[in-house]
Amino acid sequence: MKKQELIPHLFRTEYRKIVSVLCRRFGFDQMETAEDITSDTFLEAAQTWSFNGVPSNPAAWLYNVAKNKAKNHLQRNNIFESKVSPEVKINHSEFQELDIDLSPQNINDSQLQMMFAICHPAISPEAQIGLSLRILCGFGIDEIAEAFLTNKETINKRLFRAKEKIRNEKLKIELPNPAEIDERLENVLTTIYLLFSEGYYSVSQNQTLRKDLCFEAMRLCNMLIENNSTNKPPVNALLSLMCFHASRFEARLGKNGEHILYDDQDVSLWNADLISKGAYFLKCATTGNVLSKYHIEASIAYWSTQKTDTKEKWENVLQLYNRLLQVAYSPIAALNRTFALSKANGKAEAIVEAEKLKLTDNQFYFTLLGELYTGIDHDKAKSNFKTALSIARTPTDKQVIQKKLDQLQQ
Amino acid sequence: MDEFILIFRHEDGTKVASPEQIEVWMKQTMDWIGGIAAQNKFSSGTGLPFDDARVVWHNNVVTNGPFGEIKETIGGYIIVKADSVEEAVGFAQGCPVLMGEGNSVEVRKIARRDGVH
Repeated sequence: MKKQELIPHLFRTEYRKIVSVLCRRFGFDQMETAEDITSDTFLEAAQTWSFNGVPSNPAAWLYNVAKNKAKNHLQRNNIFESKVSPEVKINHSEFQELDIDLSPQNINDSQLQMMFAICHPAISPEAQIGLSLRILCGFGIDEIAEAFLTNKETINKRLFRAKEKIRNEKLKIELPNPAEIDERLENVLTTIYLLFSEGYYSVSQNQTLRKDLCFEAMRLCNMLIENNSTNKPPVNALLSLMCFHASRFEARLGKNGEHILYDDQDVSLWNADLISKGAYFLKCATTGNVLSKYHIEASIAYWSTQKTDTKEKWENVLQLYNRLLQVAYSPIAALNRTFALSKANGKAEAIVEAEKLKLTDNQFYFTLLGELYTGIDHDKAKSNFKTALSIARTPTDKQVIQKKLDQLQQ
Repeated sequence: MDEFILIFRHEDGTKVASPEQIEVWMKQTMDWIGGIAAQNKFSSGTGLPFDDARVVWHNNVVTNGPFGEIKETIGGYIIVKADSVEEAVGFAQGCPVLMGEGNSVEVRKIARRDGVH
């Protein structure tokens, strides 16, 4: 790896580890200190390495420097505390222990605990994603801002408010106790899935960044699987779901970032390795008797890896959507269910059901109606596509709808 | 928004259907419930299998049931969200159970635990 690529690469892989360990050591309320020390470490690396060359083990070098900086910080704190308030020192006897443990085991534990701390229900979902990207994935503020299509100030403010919340609520970096773990895990999985969706459905044109978001979400999910206390069926189901979706990454985006619809995708671009990984984790998810929404969604995603239109496929997909909507309603699931209904039971029935949904502020609702009326009622198909076009927000979406309108005219 | 329970009443629960027929009914029922859920109007519900069904009577008498003196049985129920009883009746009218002659769906409002109802 070239030197100019090495530091950004290390930043992506090592920042989160160091920050988690330091943060856990200092306490959640001192997250900024942990971040400052870690950033300082990378700054020092950039300066030193350009003069002295890259050390033989760059990660170990970073750990060492971070360790020393952290020790200095604790030392200063200790001196302050022993001079200013000697009594306090007795209560803070752990502060005497200055060693910073950057062993692989402690790095892993710290990151896992950090995940639960960040995904605490007291923190807003938006801030959870921001903090996850910053602390758990080592994303720069610029990158986070780009992923959210906003500016650095907004992201900084959002992160600042989240950290304030952490201090006020006195949140701790620890794994929840076994009785609480399933409930808290749900929150963690929601954030991971949001993170993934942010990348998968993002309006950002930066494809590398979008893929990174998805793979980071998968990495976090994998960390939960590698730990015995968090390796639960819904976690496996979520990873399976993400693998199936990610398998179509290369096929769903055109050269200019335009969206290629499922029907038009080149199947040879689907990633067979990710599809078989998805199948593997889906199998792992079927232990126990929990049927989470991720199980149902992963099963739907499995059928999406079968391109051929068969009666069996659409009947299965329809029934899965019927179940999914009973446990977790969402407008997009309602629309997809109606599409599956048209494939399984015919367009006439699907049109009646679609008209009942009344999702009139949703462009995809009108795209679906346009689709269903195509070949049945030309005027209604056209007027629905036109309504969809008028409320579509992104150029990519408009492009897709315009293409459908053009096909209709032919 | 209120909640209504739709109770499926079968005129004669002892009638035996073929597995193929049961499969068709299952699909129709799942599609019907899915349609309600797609409107975000589904709350909960379940089928009530006839295995292990008992009727407990006055004077501590327990019979295998619900068959015997009464033929009519309850096959299941769902609870839906609806703005009015008319809307709930609209949902009930789509229930596949009604394809059987003599069958009915009873629509009842769920009491709100707000001290008024």
